[in-house]
Order: sequence, then C-alpha cells, then structure tokens
Amino acid sequence: MARYRLSIHISPRRGILDPQGQAVSDALHSLGFPEVRDVRVGRYLVAEVDAATPDAARAQATAMCEKLLANPVTEDFAIAAVEPA
Amino acid sequence: MKVGVVRFPGSNCDGDAWHAVVDHLGVDAVYLWHKTASTEGCDVVILPGGFSYGDYLRPGAIARFSPVMSAVVAHARRGGPVLAICNGFQIACEAGLLPGALLRNASLRFVCDTVRLAVQRTDTMFTARYAPGQILRIPVAHGDGRYTADADTLTQLEAEGRVMFRYVDANGEPTSQANPNGALNNIAGIVNAEGNVLGMMPHPERAMDVRLGSADGVALFESLLAKVAA
Repeated sequence: MARYRLSIHISPRRGILDPQGQAVSDALHSLGFPEVRDVRVGRYLVAEVDAATPDAARAQATAMCEKLLANPVTEDFAIAAVEPA
Repeated sequence: MKVGVVRFPGSNCDGDAWHAVVDHLGVDAVYLWHKTASTEGCDVVILPGGFSYGDYLRPGAIARFSPVMSAVVAHARRGGPVLAICNGFQIACEAGLLPGALLRNASLRFVCDTVRLAVQRTDTMFTARYAPGQILRIPVAHGDGRYTADADTLTQLEAEGRVMFRYVDANGEPTSQANPNGALNNIAGIVNAEGNVLGMMPHPERAMDVRLGSADGVALFESLLAKVAA
C-alpha cells in the first residue's frame, strides 16, 4: 500500500448553461481579454488515498466521481493527476 | 394516517411542513431524523426544504446517502407517496427518485418571491383538488432551482405529461420573465413515471393561509391526504 494524492476536476458539461462561467467570461472581456472563449466554472478536489498501485488509486477516484463527486446529469469529471503523496 | 417529515442537518422547512399537515389539516405527523433507517410506518413522506449538509458539493448530494434516504427510496418503490419540496426536490433528483437536476439559478441570485404556477394536470394524487389550468400563487426561496435534464428526458417528461407545475405570468403564459430561475420549459415541478413522487421548487407548505399571503398550497395537501385516506 502506498499513499497517493488525487487531483480531480469537475466541470459543468458542455452545452449546459453555466451562468457563473458566462459572468466570468464577460468580466474578462471587459478587463481587456477579448480573446477569452467558453469559460466554465467547476470544482477542484484534492484527496489522499491508500492504494496498491497508481492505477488502483485512479480506479478508486473514478468510482468516487461516479457515485458522489460529480452529477452524471450535468457534470463531467477528469482525474487530472495521481501522484505519490 | 401518518405523515413523516424528514429532518436532515440543515433542513429549515420541516417545521412549516409539519404545521401544514398537523395544524392546518389535523393529520398526525412524525419527524424522521436523517439517521433513522426507517420511515416508521408513515403513509406519506415529505422531504422538506432547507440546506441539508450545507449544500456541500451540490445541493442534495450528501443527503441522498443518509440512512433515512434508503428507507424513503424503498417507500417510494412500494408506491408510497413522497412530496419533495425545494431542497427535497434536489435530494430526490440526486437519489434517482426523479430524473434531471437542479442547477444554480440563471441569474446567479438567490430568489425569494411569490410566483405564479399553472397546474398542468388535475388527475394526479397531488393535484386532484385543483381546477384544470388553475393559476396558483406560491412562494419560492432558492439559489439552485434551475431544472435541467437531457433532451431525451425532457421530451419524455413532456410527452408523458409529468410536468405538474410551470412558472407562468398573469395570463398563464410560460414566459421567460415569469421564470424565476431559468428552468427548462419553465418547469417548477415534476412527478416520477408512477406518479407517486412529486418534486417541486416552490413551497406549498408556506401557502396555507390567506392572512400570510396565499392559501393556494392547501389543495395540494388536501389532494394528497384525501387520496391516501381513501
């Protein structure tokens, strides 16, 4: 068993209205970043888990996202990193 | 007959639901604490409004895993009526009792207001005592009430007549101005395919007395309790 640090990104699914992302996009445009396109605001979670291998840790993270961390109706998730903790 | 009002840490409309059932309609009720893995023989379960578990992660995401929810889901699967209001609606969606999800209001603002709802169906256990097309005045108070579902689910809900309430203007039209949160198709409330689980963002339990603004919620409770008593 080793300890791994998981980085998990959860974001509103493309095609679903994200008013927060839109508000941030509008603010960036008015601050002089007209090149900004399609901002979406999501969540970033860091969790440490004990697992036999990095792949096992990643599988745990995926199961956690499917069960609780992301809403399958409206959100996408990505396991951005699995690193030794 | 006995009504169970579920209490999660962070529920805040449990008292209003109790008041509607016990004081207005004279029906027995019990509170069901979230750690109770039973509906204690209740004929009807109410999932009340509030901010269960502080809305952490997403509204309803954590509440759905509390012990009482497995009992509520079992009650619903047996055909037992469930009235899921506001945060209760969010929890019911998270628990898979109802399709879709409730997202942050399109305005990004918490909305606290009295809105107009058009009753879409009167042949259900929740709406039998309303008149077809009746327009109700019912309070809303939420930050995450924008009903969303994928296109297929939405088409199915409409085709099966499972939208119970829609936000409308004074003429009964589902305009975008009458929509307090940006819900798809101005949806304020839906039922499951079996018709025994109603989820709605507006608060019928806060519309029980004309002296407090509206009594348009009374007929919903009367419809439901009369059906269960029959």
